[in-house]
Amino acid sequence: MPDQDEVPVLEITGLRLSYYTRAGEIPAVMDFDLKIAKGESVGLVGESGCGKSTVANGIMRYMGNNGGIVGGTIKFKGRDMAEMSAEEVRRIRGNDIAMIYQEPMASLNPSLTIGVQLMEVPMNHEGVDEEEAFKRSFDILIAVHIPDPKRLMDSYPHQISGGQQQRVVIAMALLSKPALLLLDEPTTALDVTVEAGIVELIAELSKQTGTSLLYISHNLGLMLEVCDRICVMYSGEVVEEGRIDSIFSSPTHPYTHGLFGCIPQPHANKNARPLSAIRGQLPLPHQRPKGCYFGPRCDFFEPGRCDQELIPMDFVDADDDPAHRVRCTRWDEIDPKAFVSADVAEAREVIPVGETVLEVDNMRKYYEVKDSSFAAMFTGGGNVQQVKANDSISFRAGEGETVAIVGESGCGKSTFAKVLMGLETATDGEVRLSGTDLGSIAVGDRTPAQLASLQMVFQNPNDTLNPSHTIGYQIGRVIKRFGIESDPAKIQERVYQLLDTVKLPRAFATHKPRQLSGGQKQRIGIARAFAGNPKTVIADEPISALDVSVAAAVTELLMDIQREHRTTLVFISHDLAAVRYLADRVVVMYLGRVMERGSTDEVFAPPYHPYTEALLSAVPIADPQVTKRRIVLTGNLPSPLNPPKGCPFSTRCPRSLGRLCDEQAPPVQLAADRHAIACHIPLEELRKVEPVFSTPNWDLGAAD
Amino acid sequence: MPQMILRRIGMMVLIMLVVGLLLFMINEGDPRLIARSVLGPYAQDGQLDAWIMQHGYDRSMFIRYFEWVARVVSGDLGDSIIYKRPTSEIFWPRLANTGILAGVTFVIMVIIALTLGVLAGMKEGSPQDRIISVISIATTSIPEYASAVVLAGIFVFWLGWLPGTSSMTSGFNVVELILPVMVLTLYGFGYIARMTRASMAEVMTTPYIRTAILKGLPYRHIIMKHALRNALIAPFTVIMLQINWLLSGVVVTEFAFGYKGFGALLLEAALRRDIFVIEACGLAAVFVAVFTQTIGDIGYTYLNPRIRFK
Repeated sequence: MPDQDEVPVLEITGLRLSYYTRAGEIPAVMDFDLKIAKGESVGLVGESGCGKSTVANGIMRYMGNNGGIVGGTIKFKGRDMAEMSAEEVRRIRGNDIAMIYQEPMASLNPSLTIGVQLMEVPMNHEGVDEEEAFKRSFDILIAVHIPDPKRLMDSYPHQISGGQQQRVVIAMALLSKPALLLLDEPTTALDVTVEAGIVELIAELSKQTGTSLLYISHNLGLMLEVCDRICVMYSGEVVEEGRIDSIFSSPTHPYTHGLFGCIPQPHANKNARPLSAIRGQLPLPHQRPKGCYFGPRCDFFEPGRCDQELIPMDFVDADDDPAHRVRCTRWDEIDPKAFVSADVAEAREVIPVGETVLEVDNMRKYYEVKDSSFAAMFTGGGNVQQVKANDSISFRAGEGETVAIVGESGCGKSTFAKVLMGLETATDGEVRLSGTDLGSIAVGDRTPAQLASLQMVFQNPNDTLNPSHTIGYQIGRVIKRFGIESDPAKIQERVYQLLDTVKLPRAFATHKPRQLSGGQKQRIGIARAFAGNPKTVIADEPISALDVSVAAAVTELLMDIQREHRTTLVFISHDLAAVRYLADRVVVMYLGRVMERGSTDEVFAPPYHPYTEALLSAVPIADPQVTKRRIVLTGNLPSPLNPPKGCPFSTRCPRSLGRLCDEQAPPVQLAADRHAIACHIPLEELRKVEPVFSTPNWDLGAAD
Repeated sequence: MPQMILRRIGMMVLIMLVVGLLLFMINEGDPRLIARSVLGPYAQDGQLDAWIMQHGYDRSMFIRYFEWVARVVSGDLGDSIIYKRPTSEIFWPRLANTGILAGVTFVIMVIIALTLGVLAGMKEGSPQDRIISVISIATTSIPEYASAVVLAGIFVFWLGWLPGTSSMTSGFNVVELILPVMVLTLYGFGYIARMTRASMAEVMTTPYIRTAILKGLPYRHIIMKHALRNALIAPFTVIMLQINWLLSGVVVTEFAFGYKGFGALLLEAALRRDIFVIEACGLAAVFVAVFTQTIGDIGYTYLNPRIRFK
């Protein structure tokens, strides 16, 4: 019998997974090799549709009715899983191999209490009695740092926050001390600050139990923080694999390079180093080209060599990692410097900021929540509670300027967007667009000109286009509605112009939304927003639902259009890397209040508001040279119904001064002109705080 | 929770009062019409006026309405014009008969429908799903009067196992109940089964069922504990609506088998303008509709903790 420590926990060789559809067999994963040793953490990176989740499902032998393993072997602790009976596989699931999912809310059964869902794991796998199962579940909830586990055991999933739900899913996976944990985008649906906590928790627990991890994500920055080795996947194949530092320091495959070019780096901005998107689109599985699947999108494509037969994996003989392999015929011919010139697109000149277009002055939006309890019925309707969704928000944005509004979910970003759009009216204060107060005018009462001058790009392009009308009709309708054109021929012409602007073929005018990809739909969303030559466009998380390479292209497009039309852009996002990249000014919000505002450079360097500092620290950075200080926030966002008495952030602030912060609202201190920080800590002390990011080469936080 | 139930009951009473008013206005709004239907077509105008004066129908309709409400609450439903007896003597036994028929049918139908629906929805597209789906569509598309004839043909005339009428002339007889229950079940189960199947199939594709499968739970446990309760949320509403149909929609079946039920009574009363019987039947139908809705809403919050009230 082989030594159990020597045998890899998981060994996959030549795995082929396919789905069967009416069109025939569609290979989803091909020629896939993977070995995970005990305690090792391996990442699978790639964009959606590349087959990374299929691999996880294949390992679990969970391929649905139309999928199956076509070739290769999956050995778990040396045993071939193909030879196991269904019953044996069931015993392994949840016991030896456990999984953590992307959407914690959806992964938990809404009609069973958390206690029941946890307890059934040991009760089924180990046959323990209810009392023992309860004890174990209770202990594991403590291990995943959940406050008040007793109450939580009796709660339903919808009663707890997203971060807590994910902790419960993790607890469920760890209950039986699995040898292997599959994590399918475990933090994608969570806020950055919550993500940081979850990532830390998983690392801590896997270290304690020696569990091996297979991390699936599209986020390269996150991979750098959590993995020992990574596999980069493209269209069902691994194109490059190796130790994490080797891949990050010397990426070899053009696709890996392309991915790096798509992520905003913390030390670059839109003018100095524009993102370079990978051209083209991921081929559909049944339309994969011959030879290298990346060929049609590759700058180094050579006809006759790259488009012949399947390309095998080849060792690159990297000094630091002998196991670094790549699937590219020309990897040793491509000069690494060629990538540098290719992906650092030309620097652009800075557009000067014009006169103030949008002015938000002490804007408040309060919601009233009526107490409908029994007691209140007798006391005459009694207490009406106020939720301060937005409290004293002020900032200015000039022509051609990009103002980012950042904060965790629930901070009031979306309420703010609703007030700007007129879907809600402000309770107090003013929102002036070119001098006219729009804060109290609901969207139905705005004139077509006012509507046209303030438009919005939405988060999820799949939900914002009407599936039953053509693209041309949907854009044309906006043009007509805003009174820009009324003659059908002219409207048609304008639709074509807009499609040109968003770099889509004119033929798309006759297409229905379902014929378009996510990125293309978002371009239509942008075209629709720009139909009336708006002065200001609000972009509410416009790229967060898109893949990295698509997001890069859409970001660049948005920047180009803004440059051309000198549009003011209000960019609402939780992605600080994107904000750093494209914003001129940043407003940091927490619980409906502005914590800090200033130019991007000011906000991203000390003096920080402690909340900004924590947000920055939570951002995963895909650059091994950057070291960052880790600050993990504990606790949840307080309920807006019952906010802290003093500073809203006081309950979670690592730098809290105690009673002063708990009891008194913080003063707004001006660190520089238009750089305001709402904090009790004196500015001199905040200035002394070290920068969150530092590298040997450049110093982001250097006080100028 | 108790607050919600109280509120629902309050709502129920209010709806009953409003619908009761409509019912009253339609039936007793015009005193001459009542007098005419009580005294018959040959009564003279003077006789009508005298009857109206004598019975207090010359007063305002709202006063009469509140008197009527008070009488109904105390159990006095007025006298039937056809039977010349207090309505309550005819009405309650008839309602009880239909209650028995509806209750038995309901239990059998729901059990069959849910079982088949769950079996079909568990594995969408499987042979068992297809067979069950075809059967439930086929049976639902055969109207009761047709299936009543066919079933009677088989069981009464051909096999001779069951009696052809269900008039219960010699006291209550369970055997006489079999055919009407069969007809009603056959017609009604397909609808619930289809709803359950769709709901179950949807639940089976949710991420939380994947979680349960990948937790390594036995299949039976996954179906019974994780899928079933969530899958019952949607068909539950339909099941509750079926109770209404079982009360007043069974008139065809009752007639087909000569069963002395509520539906038959209502039809008879409506044809012969037996005002007080119509009112009683109307009230009963409204009560059942409102009551099942209330029960439905409360049951719904039990099945779905996401909408449970604090």
